[in-house]
Amino acid sequence: MAGVLRRVVCQPPAREGSEAVPKQVTQLDRVVIRFAGDSGDGMQLTGDRFTSETAAFGNDLSTLPDFPAEIRAPAGTLPGVSSFQLHFADHDIMTPGDAPDVLVAMNPAALKANLADLPRGGDLIVDTDEFTRRNLQRVGYAADPLEDGSVDGYRVHPIPLTSLTVDALAGLGVPRKDAERSKNMYALGLLSWLYNRPTEGTIRFLERKFATRPEVMAANLAAFRAGWNYGETTEDFSVSYEVAPATLPSGTYRNVSGNLALAYGLLAASRRGGLPLFLGSYPITPASDILHELSKHKRFGVRTFQAEDEIAGVGAALGAAFGGALGVTTTSGPGLALKAETVGLAVSLELPLVVVDVQRSGPSTGMPTKTEQSDLLQAMFGRNGEAPVPIVAPRSPSDCFDVALEAVRIATAYRTPVLLLSDGYLANGSEPWRIPDVESLPDLHVEFATEPNRDDGTFWPYLRDPDTLARPWAVPGTPGLAHRIGGLEKAAGTGNISYDPTNHDLMVRTRAAKVEGIARSIPPLEVDDPSGRARVLVLGWGSTYGPIGAAVRRVRAQGEAVAQAHLRHLNPFPPGTGEALRRYERVLLPEMNLGQLALLLRARYLVDIVSYNRVTGLPFKAEELAGVITDTVGSLD
Amino acid sequence: MTELKLTAKDFKTDQEVRWCPGCGDYAILAAVQSFLPELGRAREDIVVISGIGCASRFPYYVDTYGMHSIHGRAPAIATGLAASRPDLSVWVVTGDGDGLSIGGNHLIHALRRNVNLTILLFNNRIYGLTKGQYSPTSELGKITKSTPMGSLDAPFNPLSLALGAEATFVARSIDSDRRHLTSVLRAAAQHEGAAFVEIYQNCNIFNDGAFELLKDSGTRDDVTIRLEHGEPIRFGNDGQRGVVRSPGGSLRVAEVAEVGVDALLVHDAHADDPAVAFALSRLADASLAPTPIGVFRAVHRPTYDGLMQTQLDAAVETQGEGDLAALITGGDSWTVVN
Repeated sequence: MAGVLRRVVCQPPAREGSEAVPKQVTQLDRVVIRFAGDSGDGMQLTGDRFTSETAAFGNDLSTLPDFPAEIRAPAGTLPGVSSFQLHFADHDIMTPGDAPDVLVAMNPAALKANLADLPRGGDLIVDTDEFTRRNLQRVGYAADPLEDGSVDGYRVHPIPLTSLTVDALAGLGVPRKDAERSKNMYALGLLSWLYNRPTEGTIRFLERKFATRPEVMAANLAAFRAGWNYGETTEDFSVSYEVAPATLPSGTYRNVSGNLALAYGLLAASRRGGLPLFLGSYPITPASDILHELSKHKRFGVRTFQAEDEIAGVGAALGAAFGGALGVTTTSGPGLALKAETVGLAVSLELPLVVVDVQRSGPSTGMPTKTEQSDLLQAMFGRNGEAPVPIVAPRSPSDCFDVALEAVRIATAYRTPVLLLSDGYLANGSEPWRIPDVESLPDLHVEFATEPNRDDGTFWPYLRDPDTLARPWAVPGTPGLAHRIGGLEKAAGTGNISYDPTNHDLMVRTRAAKVEGIARSIPPLEVDDPSGRARVLVLGWGSTYGPIGAAVRRVRAQGEAVAQAHLRHLNPFPPGTGEALRRYERVLLPEMNLGQLALLLRARYLVDIVSYNRVTGLPFKAEELAGVITDTVGSLD
Repeated sequence: MTELKLTAKDFKTDQEVRWCPGCGDYAILAAVQSFLPELGRAREDIVVISGIGCASRFPYYVDTYGMHSIHGRAPAIATGLAASRPDLSVWVVTGDGDGLSIGGNHLIHALRRNVNLTILLFNNRIYGLTKGQYSPTSELGKITKSTPMGSLDAPFNPLSLALGAEATFVARSIDSDRRHLTSVLRAAAQHEGAAFVEIYQNCNIFNDGAFELLKDSGTRDDVTIRLEHGEPIRFGNDGQRGVVRSPGGSLRVAEVAEVGVDALLVHDAHADDPAVAFALSRLADASLAPTPIGVFRAVHRPTYDGLMQTQLDAAVETQGEGDLAALITGGDSWTVVN
């Protein structure tokens, strides 16, 4: 097997001559690092940069940003702690890692909030400058945890990061406060040295980001270089580590978050469908980044409309769809609740519409920055009347791209609103993505109606395609096809208002049959059962794919047989779903809700499901799920 | 270009009109159908979007593209259509409940954005389709099924609201005055941007005679002020009264004989400052006397859809057409060969 084409040479950043003795380099196959600090400490930026360096180096990786909803919670408090976890390896990995191997704690609050997650023996890097009596008291430490035995058993690296940063910038004439703010780059430099990361990307990034503020650029660059040099010269770190690039399938890769991949998927679908993209959206965490991203791409003809509320966002998207655009709205759970009536109108109008729900913890405002899978039943049933809507869900950050295309395919081919259920974990998490060849993407070309569809030369807006049951999409501006549609029940065919009892029954059943019929256009459920001996099937949907997959690997590595399947289509289910469920003695279904998919599957297939549910706002851990799977397998004997 | 020789008949659909006999909506429908040929647009280039309520059945009766949507949301839906299809003539038909109560938010935002829409708000000061509850324009103390001891909340003044929402075109007319209504429709249709037209409309079932003072041949000339841009504002059977500025800056009615013609306010619909239009919108008292009708304000401001198109064009001009492959590859990619 050939190696990775592009080996990135790790070079220390340019620096003044230092006489450091070359240090020993130890090879590791995988590492999990967590950067934790105050919301104002720039931990997300630090994590992003380390991730970019790691992606450029060619490791496989997976990230988990975890931050408070408050923009600037009071400094130094527990609610203000922001963290970024990164798992990188020389082989393919599926999760951001259960627990960190290295914890960088920029203050006592970050230590207190994260120490319990660091296994004994793990590396703990702390900024000792921040461990003042006042900061300790603020988070309820009676004594300094670095001295009272609290961190015994860890490999503690107490480093005065703040003062070292200030010292490093002494010659630059930067005010002390500004100098202190560069400490995250000092920490990044140190970690970059420790794991032999390439640094050119970060240097380029800082030069670009602060191009108009040369003094800030100089400060950040100096802090970053000083951090690297500190690693090389200090006796505290005797060893640095190397994680070799992973052997991924051939192709061109980039790192991508779920929200970015989703935005690109919508853009790609617009191109492949020949439909101008119109996004109507109202800002809401964690979906807003899709609005931000698409707003950048006006040269692709993308129209983004920041509406006065969630209802106007989806309304405008539906209005644009009536006019022949690819109408999309993006939101999170509370916003979906507000959009429900308009989605129902779209069901009645039978117009294409894509509704993206980046799920977060509920009910109500819940925990806006924390992940959950608890909008499935809202997506399925959250409308008045019989209003079936197809539902699709991506399984990983990069899968958001493909699922966006699939949502558009279904919406345009079947003239229906489609719900795409992403979640906060996918939205903000990232992983390497093998960039597809644009020409190989599905052809989503749509034919608008251009001619009357009746022998007598008239046009019936509800005359259906016999195969898909889709009605014609006749857009304003098309001569001879002027018609009126609305939320009142329509007569089959003509689309005129109808209160006829049997017509209503027919229309309700026809709309349901249309959505059910989508199953004929999707591939059968794939079950991964390598040994063919498995008695337990682990089923999942959405973002649990990573932890379930990692857990299944662990269980199989212990010699147990276990099957795995993951649903991308939640309505309708793919062909073969019922057969797959019945083929196994037990079906185990982990969900970050209280059993919503289990409820649907039981009702639909009359098959019992063993649910495993947890709603902590955090993704499952592989170890936790491996234990549950092992117990389930064991329970059969 | 094909010569368009459309008539009112071309804008009638084959659907039976189902408003109550005697409803003011019939007169408005007839006026709109008669006016539309004058637009000079093909039927397929016109779209009528409505919400819910008696007025909102309108699209079913106009032979253009149309959408009868959901309660209050027509301005939002129409915004999406107008913003993505600047080539169309988009009309919104709404009522006082639909447009000012459940959909008030969408209405004011459509107006401030100056989306290229012609918005007709049929104001009958009552909920008709739900059988007679008071509406946000019902007079204080209104006795209805839901307010047996009288309504408690002060009504909206639709024109004041529209002016406060930065509307660039604000007008009022009356269902029964076909000629005036047609002239206002004409001015509204010609306006680039959001045009807001309040039409006093009689609900003969639940609020009959609400605007009788303005309709009765014995009283109407005495209380109706017909605004004409550039003309002194005067009214009455013999033009004996007029509108003048009070020392405090507000407006009041005066006898022309007392103040003289030169003291009369000259109507300036194109004034940038909406203050005088606002004062005119509040001239009438609860009894409707005196009521200005016509165009209160018509000023130019770039349209939302026009600005959006300008941004798209500028993006293409400065950065070139979008290249999807280049975009998704980005600047930080790496290649693996096995």
